[in-house]
Amino acid sequence: MTVESTAARKPRRSAGTKKSPSTKPELVQLLTPEGKRVKHAENAVYDKYVADITPEDLRGLYRDMVLTRRFDAEATSLQRQGELGLWASLLGQEAAQIGSGRALRDDDYVFPTYREHGVAWCRGVDPTNLLGMFRGVNNGGWDPNSNNFQLYTIVIGSQTLHATGYAMGVAKDGTDSAVIAYFGDGASSQGDVAEAFTFSAVYNAPVVFFCQNNQWAISEPTEKQTRVPLYQRAQGFGFPGVRVDGNDVLACLAVTKWALERARSGEGPTLVEAYTYRMGAHTTSDDPTRYRGDEERLAWEAKDPILRLRQYLESANHADEGFFAELEAESEALGRRVREAVRAMPDPDHFAIFENAYADGHALVDEERAQFAAYQASFADAEGGK
Amino acid sequence: MTTMTEASVREFKMPDVGEGLTEAEILKWYVQPGDKVTDGQVVCEVETAKAAVELPIPYDGVVRELHFPEGTTVDVGTSIIAVDVSGGAAAPAPAEAAPEPEPEQPQGRQPVLVGYGVAQSLTKRRPRKGPQVTVQEAPLQAVQIELNGHGSAAVKERPLAKPPVRKLAKDLGVDLATVVPSGPDGIITREDVHAAVAAPKAPEPEVAAPAPAAAAPVATYDGARETRIPVKGVRKATAAAMVGSAFTAPHVTEFVTVDVTRTMKLVEELKQDKDMQGLRVNPLLLIAKALLVAIKRNPDVNASWDEANQEIVVKHYVNLGIAAATPRGLIVPNIKDAHDKTLPQLAESLGELVSTAREGKTSPAAMQGGTVTITNVGVFGVDTGTPILNPGESAILAVGAIKLQPWVHKGKVKPRQVTTLALSFDHRLVDGELGSKVLADVAAILEQPKRLITWA
Repeated sequence: MTVESTAARKPRRSAGTKKSPSTKPELVQLLTPEGKRVKHAENAVYDKYVADITPEDLRGLYRDMVLTRRFDAEATSLQRQGELGLWASLLGQEAAQIGSGRALRDDDYVFPTYREHGVAWCRGVDPTNLLGMFRGVNNGGWDPNSNNFQLYTIVIGSQTLHATGYAMGVAKDGTDSAVIAYFGDGASSQGDVAEAFTFSAVYNAPVVFFCQNNQWAISEPTEKQTRVPLYQRAQGFGFPGVRVDGNDVLACLAVTKWALERARSGEGPTLVEAYTYRMGAHTTSDDPTRYRGDEERLAWEAKDPILRLRQYLESANHADEGFFAELEAESEALGRRVREAVRAMPDPDHFAIFENAYADGHALVDEERAQFAAYQASFADAEGGK
Repeated sequence: MTTMTEASVREFKMPDVGEGLTEAEILKWYVQPGDKVTDGQVVCEVETAKAAVELPIPYDGVVRELHFPEGTTVDVGTSIIAVDVSGGAAAPAPAEAAPEPEPEQPQGRQPVLVGYGVAQSLTKRRPRKGPQVTVQEAPLQAVQIELNGHGSAAVKERPLAKPPVRKLAKDLGVDLATVVPSGPDGIITREDVHAAVAAPKAPEPEVAAPAPAAAAPVATYDGARETRIPVKGVRKATAAAMVGSAFTAPHVTEFVTVDVTRTMKLVEELKQDKDMQGLRVNPLLLIAKALLVAIKRNPDVNASWDEANQEIVVKHYVNLGIAAATPRGLIVPNIKDAHDKTLPQLAESLGELVSTAREGKTSPAAMQGGTVTITNVGVFGVDTGTPILNPGESAILAVGAIKLQPWVHKGKVKPRQVTTLALSFDHRLVDGELGSKVLADVAAILEQPKRLITWA
């Protein structure tokens, strides 16, 4: 792709280059790992977006995170029981996802990766719908337009371009909706992401690039991914970048609201780097003990997003024992519902993978199908397609 | 293996816990026949070519039978455990301990997708129909033939050659199956194809017989209960070094438990530091630096005992050894002249040392000339140990797991990150006073890392 400046849409605000945004503070944090609410002058621009947050809102964020973690754990367990082919756990990234997800309006549009289970939750996509794809019984599982939540994208980083194009369309429509694209530290090295940054900046597209830097791109650490903190990359493209404590749900909510407001008011794209940690494996096929030490995980455990909000809720008397007990019961019920729903799903059709690649079929695919059928039939206990 | 057919008994089959894996080894059973289990409860740990993972059982009930003992490799799709879900049923069939492993032949090719390879192990395969031999009855040769086909029986292995070489062979009318490969891992090269054309009457047996597989280290089973592993390679070297060290140098080990919260904080800060970008910053780095500073304050610990000349050799340089668990076993490469390095240089050396060791590429030179060693047993989750000196050295520091623990901090009990350090030293030349000072200095630095500046 190339950028033709003559074709570029005139920015709604000022043309030309913008003032280089400030890189202060280095990390936006409103709740410390110990659950203390902090107010710094340099956070003021973000803090005002959560200034009027109610105890009920806070309990809602907590509930979202707990239920997301519970359903995620159930999915991992179901994969281990052979009910799902694969699962990518979001363990540790709940605050980044719930904070940003709850900052969105219904008319905003989300372009997720394959790990945005918390954002899906915020968009009202039922957890059981996410699991069909991981079981291999459908190619998506939900209608993207009913929740403004695009299908999961497995290809790394390509959704940032889709989001940029969609955002350019939103701008042409003249609405004040915003678009958010999720991606990770690994995707930041993809050409697609650089192209998305370039186009969104030049076209002043109303898009928020929400990067969850969970420190590991499968087994590749972030320090092998970049020489500068990721959020600082935005400067080179001409839009602001902010690093937020990705385990602080309040800060993620505030910073995302700020970035969305920039998009709505014609100020163009923003890069948000949510600094967080993937507590579990990359997917159920991965074994992180082969490439990273325990001490790192232990250090991040002390910054757990759920624990931190709980400590704040308790110390501020915003929630009582009854609330936590009720949530515990709700969480177990969700686990049970997900389990039962997945077990009731049909077994995947092993031969479906040979369909839909070619409209009119292909000799090589036919050969592979026949080979696979012979292999399946060779087992003494073969029972149909299973 | 018996398969339950009663209506109230559910069989749990080995799932594919990776993507497209065909088998997994049962590492450990957490339940026994007669145990009650609940839906979602972890019942065993299995290891595939990709990962070791725990399996949760999908039923509520009572364990009837474990079909395979620990150490068995089982095909995906094979039942591994039977659970009686009848609820009020009386005690299950007499609790039968997990069956003993049956001696069987180790396998040929196994899919290895990531990681360090697959351990040789016993195998149970999902039964196949028809004329194929099953592993349980098969003689060795038959097993190898079956496995070469990766699932489909009696399929000959396709000769290995790169696409241009395949095309060349096709153009010249050479059947690759008749070519003797000379490339690495049995790959047929361009020259091999030309040679086959030049000498079409190559002796029949030579071309027909596939090159014998390299003799893999195969464990023999004397009876079913023991495995005899030949001692060689890294294991042999490790054993010799440990015996030599343990029985020449009288070891003393001292311990100290220390609050390393500030060090952990410094690690986090350093990660963001401009000068440390692109480098692995971890607690081990600061522990290494702390030991170097402690040696600077107590130089006599960095010495060796010269038995032949009856001299103590004090080194005015530090070659810092790091004990590393590698796919090939324990090795101790060292960082040359570590005392001269800045923190970024030390981080770089440490990173290189670790990645080289993990890749199994450590050179013999990198393992020679060490003067002092750190062993990070904490990565295995243990608190501490009594390390044995690397031969020729006088001190070795063991670092335990860093854990959040209650700790009196500023007069109050607080959760702090705490670890235990152990220092073993050679008592022939290091007295208790010197050894204690070194250990206390390391601990003091980790507790208050600004001492790295004040003491440097």
